[in-house]
Amino acid sequence: MNWTGLDTWIVITGVLICMACALPGTFLMLNRQSMLGDGISHAVLPGLAVAFLLTNSRDIFPMAAGAVAAGVLTAVLTQMVQRFGQVESGAALGVVFCGLFAVGLILIRVASDKVDLDADCVLYGSIETAVVDVNLVPRVAWISGGLLIFNALLIAFFYKELRLAAFDPALATTLGFNANAIRLGLTVVASVTTVLAFESVGSILVIAMLVVPAAAASLLTHKLHWLLALALVLAAASAVLGHIGAITLRRFVGGLFGQSDLGATSSAAMMAVTAGVLFLICWLVTAVRQFANRRRVARDSHRS
Amino acid sequence: MHTAETTPLLLAVRDLNVAYQSKVVVWDADFDAPFGQLVAIVGPNGAGKSTLIKAALGLVPIASGSVRFFGLPYAEVRHRVAYVPQRESVDWDFPVSAVDVVAMGLYRRLGWCLPVRRRELDLARAALVKVGLADYASRQISQLSGGQQQRVFLARALAQDADLYLMDEPFASVDAATERAIVEVLRELRASGRTVVCVHHDLPTVPEYFDHVALLNMRVVAQGPVSSTFTAENLRKTYGARLTLLEEAAQAVERARVSLQHREER
Repeated sequence: MNWTGLDTWIVITGVLICMACALPGTFLMLNRQSMLGDGISHAVLPGLAVAFLLTNSRDIFPMAAGAVAAGVLTAVLTQMVQRFGQVESGAALGVVFCGLFAVGLILIRVASDKVDLDADCVLYGSIETAVVDVNLVPRVAWISGGLLIFNALLIAFFYKELRLAAFDPALATTLGFNANAIRLGLTVVASVTTVLAFESVGSILVIAMLVVPAAAASLLTHKLHWLLALALVLAAASAVLGHIGAITLRRFVGGLFGQSDLGATSSAAMMAVTAGVLFLICWLVTAVRQFANRRRVARDSHRS
Repeated sequence: MHTAETTPLLLAVRDLNVAYQSKVVVWDADFDAPFGQLVAIVGPNGAGKSTLIKAALGLVPIASGSVRFFGLPYAEVRHRVAYVPQRESVDWDFPVSAVDVVAMGLYRRLGWCLPVRRRELDLARAALVKVGLADYASRQISQLSGGQQQRVFLARALAQDADLYLMDEPFASVDAATERAIVEVLRELRASGRTVVCVHHDLPTVPEYFDHVALLNMRVVAQGPVSSTFTAENLRKTYGARLTLLEEAAQAVERARVSLQHREER
């Protein structure tokens, strides 16, 4: 294995981004809105396109503003479709984000002579090139670090409110903590996170990190603070192991096909795969533990 | 404590209309909760009992009508009203413990952003003691039985220390021990000058548990003291002429008569 300074920055950036996504992802899961991450990552496309068409720049601020607007629009439209169309929330979200994604594609097509948007780049991001930077600390590392701190602070401040609105929205509202507003706030945080992470690691990793670490952690614990801690650990582990996997597996798989090296493998994609593998391990651990428990209970009741 | 003179009506609902899409659920409902009594709202399935409470609390939009708590809009008197939703309305696999759930009743007093501290947890534990769940404080809520979960909700309402309690089906599918515990808590609340309004589905227990009753079937058919309002005639008007229900109603009325006789004899 040939570890360079670049690899270190890829891992650091990956860890920061994955952890930053896992935090709002945990509360999305508790709100039973896990698919909202998927929805937002599609729905930001028209937001980005409109922001680009309006400002004619690919600067981070107009892009982020467009994406957040699109994210909020997704959440609000979903609520409206659900209420007025009387459909289940997942179906409502599906209708809304597919519609917005389609609008986004049309807008990008319209602006295609002005903007280059590479499909591969959208899906897998370009963490390998993003960390190549003239500065001592690459810009993406700054952004992802800032994002993680921002999300961690928000969740620390609003921990009680987020928990209440997720568990019992009716009680939250009668106590004067408007549950819809709190959920919308979480959507805004998820949108900001999605668009900032999007740039460097692509939508697949963002979707995976919003959902998978939280889902895996929920198999292991019944306490919310442990759930958050475990989700962070699993997210970080996915990033580290994912990158190591990306640079070792390509030699290994290349060897199988009689070549010395398979060329480029995407670290972001491998991080998402690793998260899936970690989920599988957590699930197996839980299944084995439950099976052992059941056997023990059965044996004890047999004896007595 | 607020006396009957200063607050004649704790909850006054006037000409309330609620509709989901084009379907009318509550129609021209007038409802009063008198001070210091245990009030039951009964009626057939789909009669709008839960909707009436939710609309009063602003949880579902009102088409028309007015709702006053202590003569004021709800937003100004939130702290004096506690709401107990139906048990099925939340996910009991949620990663919180019983004491965490009870402490949620104290969040309004805590305000935004401030964390739950030892003082709130102590108050929450005290409320759990009142409903007989002292040993279950740190249990994860999915490890509680249905009746225990209902009592956790009740403890949360007690922790809110309100003047008016609105409860949505607190007796729905609970065990006998829980039913006794809830009745005891309701009577203690009444003794300390609080008012409780329960959506209730079990007709036979109405005379035993409640002082005041409102019979609802989209509109309020009748309301008043159980002794004068909980009659076969009113129940027939509320439930229609369905045979099994009428039998149940007849039994309930018979029980009401007997229990009232008992009271008079005492």
